[in-house]
Amino acid sequence: MLPLGFRRARLFVMASEAAWGQIIAFDELRTDFKSPIDQCNPVHARERLRNIERICFLLRKLVLPEYSIHSLFCIMFLCAQEWLTLGLNVPLLFYHFWRYFHCPADSSELAYDPPAVMNADTLSYCQKEAWCKLAFYLLSFFYYLYCMIYTLVSS
Amino acid sequence: MSQPGIPASGGAPTGLPAQNRASSASGSLYTNGPVQNALMSSQVSVNEGYNSQLPGSYPHLIPAKTLNPVSGQSNYGGSQNVSPLSIYQGPGQTPYRPPVASNPVTPSLHSGPVPRMPLPTSQNPAATPMPSGSFLPGAIVQPPLNWQYNYPSTGSQTNHCPRASSQPAVSGNTNLTSHQYVSSGDPSLQNNFIKSATPQHANKNPTMSVGYSYPSLPPGYQNTAPPSTTGMPPSSLNYSSGPQGFTQTPLGANHLTASMSGLSLHPEGLRVINLLQERNMLPATPLQPSVPNLHEDIQKLNCNPELFRCTLTSIPQTQALLNKAKLPLGLLLHPFKDLVQLPVVTSSTIVRCRSCRTYINPFVSFLDQRRWKCNLCYRVNDVPEEFMYNPLTRVYGEPHRRPEVQNATIEFMAPSEYMLRPPQPPVYLFVFDVSHNAVETGYLNSVCQSLLDNLDLLPGNTRTKIGFITFDSTIHFYSLQEGLAQPQMLIVSDIEDVFIPMPENLLVNLNESKELVQDLLKTLPQMFTKTLETQSALGPALQAAFKLMSPTGGRMSVFQTQLPTLGMGALRPREEPNQRSSAKEIHLTPSTDFYKKLALDCSGQQVAVDLFLLSGQYSDLASLGCISRYSAGSVYYYPSYHHQQNPVQVQKFQKELQRYLTRKIGFEAVMRIRCTKGLSIHTFHGNFFVRSTDLLSLPNVNPDAGYAVQMSVEENLTDTQLVSFQSALLYTSSKGERRIRVHTLCLPVVSTLNEVFLGADVQAISGLLANMAVDRSVTASLSDARDALVNAVIDSLSAYRSSVLSNQQPGLMVPFSLRLFPLFVLALLKQKSFQTGTNARLDERIFAMCQVKNQPLVYLMLTTHPSLYRVDNLSDEGALSINDRTIPQPPILQLSVEKLSRDGAFLMDAGSVLMLWVGKNCGQNFLSQVLGVQNYALIPQIMTDLPELETPESARIIAFISWLREQRPFFPILYVIRDESPMKANFLQNMVEDRTESALSYYEFLLHIQQQVNK
Repeated sequence: MLPLGFRRARLFVMASEAAWGQIIAFDELRTDFKSPIDQCNPVHARERLRNIERICFLLRKLVLPEYSIHSLFCIMFLCAQEWLTLGLNVPLLFYHFWRYFHCPADSSELAYDPPAVMNADTLSYCQKEAWCKLAFYLLSFFYYLYCMIYTLVSS
Repeated sequence: MSQPGIPASGGAPTGLPAQNRASSASGSLYTNGPVQNALMSSQVSVNEGYNSQLPGSYPHLIPAKTLNPVSGQSNYGGSQNVSPLSIYQGPGQTPYRPPVASNPVTPSLHSGPVPRMPLPTSQNPAATPMPSGSFLPGAIVQPPLNWQYNYPSTGSQTNHCPRASSQPAVSGNTNLTSHQYVSSGDPSLQNNFIKSATPQHANKNPTMSVGYSYPSLPPGYQNTAPPSTTGMPPSSLNYSSGPQGFTQTPLGANHLTASMSGLSLHPEGLRVINLLQERNMLPATPLQPSVPNLHEDIQKLNCNPELFRCTLTSIPQTQALLNKAKLPLGLLLHPFKDLVQLPVVTSSTIVRCRSCRTYINPFVSFLDQRRWKCNLCYRVNDVPEEFMYNPLTRVYGEPHRRPEVQNATIEFMAPSEYMLRPPQPPVYLFVFDVSHNAVETGYLNSVCQSLLDNLDLLPGNTRTKIGFITFDSTIHFYSLQEGLAQPQMLIVSDIEDVFIPMPENLLVNLNESKELVQDLLKTLPQMFTKTLETQSALGPALQAAFKLMSPTGGRMSVFQTQLPTLGMGALRPREEPNQRSSAKEIHLTPSTDFYKKLALDCSGQQVAVDLFLLSGQYSDLASLGCISRYSAGSVYYYPSYHHQQNPVQVQKFQKELQRYLTRKIGFEAVMRIRCTKGLSIHTFHGNFFVRSTDLLSLPNVNPDAGYAVQMSVEENLTDTQLVSFQSALLYTSSKGERRIRVHTLCLPVVSTLNEVFLGADVQAISGLLANMAVDRSVTASLSDARDALVNAVIDSLSAYRSSVLSNQQPGLMVPFSLRLFPLFVLALLKQKSFQTGTNARLDERIFAMCQVKNQPLVYLMLTTHPSLYRVDNLSDEGALSINDRTIPQPPILQLSVEKLSRDGAFLMDAGSVLMLWVGKNCGQNFLSQVLGVQNYALIPQIMTDLPELETPESARIIAFISWLREQRPFFPILYVIRDESPMKANFLQNMVEDRTESALSYYEFLLHIQQQVNK
């Protein structure tokens, strides 16, 4: 039980890091540290565009690891027959599946499309999503820690 | 809002009972039958004016009228709900006309809402002193009731007669409305009241003096249908606080007289309309945008609605209120429209707010001569010394008279700090498809000829650069270096890794190499006539063009005639013809992100790509269109273009190309839209890249592009009465100047749902909904988008019904402002973008969607709901007279085949095309005097011009058509259509009020909505 628990903890930190990374990325997307006159400068356009594309690329790279780590967890909980924990995680699992497969039909891209991401409602939705997930990961981290210690002590 | 078809008196009623009885089969849908019946049985002549004007229009749908006095009674009872209101009004009646003691607001401020009325103050205070403890002080409850009576509307003279007879006292124009006031909101009920209820109520309110205030109005105006007592339900008294704002701090010099409770401006706007009964809602003259309820002084400074308009001309105070109204809040812009008159300011300092960077505008307030308060963020700023001097009047110390503060639309010449690099030169690059397919269509001739003709008219200066690239399976560059004897062609066959041979000679100065350019344009069409190459390497050609242009930026015009098949960006056919009609499983999303990525790169380098697609087969516009969409270009599509087989398209192409080449252009532009603190913009529609949450990157901006944004209310606007929106477009003109075009729009804030509905701008709402529906079709599905459109109508009308109307009447009650909403949404559902069940080709559908996103509202509305005129009997009656020309103004007809007749000729104005349909039995006079043919059979199959004949008929119609054309920057082509013409289907497709195989007729649609609303 013990090594499994440790591995879980480490994996979990990674998942939380993914969520944390998203938050930072969105924050960077939202802020444009230039004065308005500077923003209108065509030279800045290029730089800003690169930034947005880079961030979107990064976000997209984070999506798959985060989702797979989380699914791995669910599978492990299933194997360990931890029904309660599994039950807690299943909603998020389904949400991830929906999010992953519900992208527009033909597009090879996932979410975080550079032209669309700067629309304020998309951006704020993504940001809220990231905060919620981070909170969920943190809470479950402590919950798992508690469970692990509890099993250690009781055994 | 005139009602063309209304007979002046009860001539028609005789026909009506028969009509109703004949139609008794389908009565179940019709809920207010009994009322009609009651009136009909007793007093035929009080028939509603609007019923009498639809002889046979809905004959089979006008339902049964069973004689049912009980339900008639219940209706009447329902209307008594109103009487409490009249009791409230008691103290406010004019005989007492008590002083406005309970009201801290002075009468002069109160007069705000009625600036246009002859007797401004008296009647409103009369309304205010209700038991004021329970109401907000200063809440003007009464005005709506006042206004409605004066509406010169559909309730025709016929209504007056019986009333006058039953109540002799009311014959004049003063007192007459007392009983009308009581007779509640439903037009169908009013006749009942006239018979029985009126006298009682009149006794209760003997001096309900709503009519007093307008003695100057002709009597006929006073006895109009009073359907909108309901517009002011008792419940809404509690928060009718429009004018309460007046007690607040004055807004400064400009705003001292500001007033916005406003209900004043549209007396007619307060009517509630039962759409199921009033058929002729379409005005006979072009629909005017609704005017915000602002004081005249402010309104006359406001931005032209063609440039900048809002879906709700009264902004709801809170998001909750907006949600309740279920109407979309957004702006529609046409920022770079060609303007006849545009003040341009050249000054070294541009006065802007120091915190939010808003440009100074007519709606700021000057606290004193030295300080002004920003109307967007409320920061107090100093007036710079330079601004104190007014260059126009040459007076010092009048900052509020400066042109910046007198014009809502203004252009600034930007000083050097607005450019960190020298303004870019105008650069035009043309990319031509020269594969076998392209040569077959013969488009190169047209393009090269147009270019040759317009070479001198291209907007630009001495720095203008031009270049050409052609491609099939390889890419061809043309060196036009000064000094060469003839253009030199360079072929690059490596399309996997494109490089540019001698880049400095490919984009050349137009003035220096003009002869070479002309040479090339003359030889280009012949160079590829023998080509056998069928492949098309569009992707690599675009990459090459991008590389060539990235140092400077500019405009890239791409002409493509088939699906790209080679190299990067190759596409494969996705359309399945047998699935065209189903709403799902169609490919509206791009199949590759190559074009999108390239477009973003272009945007970063200030390159805009305009795509001309001239293709017979499926070319996957969904993927190709991305290249223009994100680089702020535009898409043109000419299905089945062929220089011989399709001369109509050729002509259209030439005209549009000419406009394209010669129109104004702005380079390396950005547009920022700011709004008053509390509002926030969350979604943008149009062709651009959103660079920051409020900054749009537009590598090119052209005068034919429109934009839309959606907004939400983030913070409550309770402590403000006016909100402003400002769009600032910074661009480099073709002359190399950096300019800023600023538009500012000012709108009132309201706190009641009723006022929100009254201020709704139905055209803008439909336009914004269309934009939202395009997004929805792409992210979800077409059927989702269609449902969303219908739900938008249902939700807003249900909200109106449940929250604004106090008594639930039968029928489909809509506020006057939204009377065309169902019609426009139905038209949208039948528009190419969203229609189902027809064989609309995928590319055409996607092109229509691109147009929805990129067209200014005026043209979007014309393509959605074209205007139909009868033109075989034009007369000079009511004609406009401009510069000695008489322009006849035929009334706009409803888009229904029922309005057509075989012995007439009808002109349909669909924005970019005009269609003249000539009926089979059209008068000989029209054929010979206007069309110049002897008989119907001699009308040519393809006719796109009217001969200029020396007859008054010909002169009139030509004057009318050229007047229509002058109103728009492009040149709409006229098609003369006779019965066998292939264009006839297009003409009939626009008959949106009629039933088609897969779509409802207007009346059926209304019934559907009614059913959903009344659920």
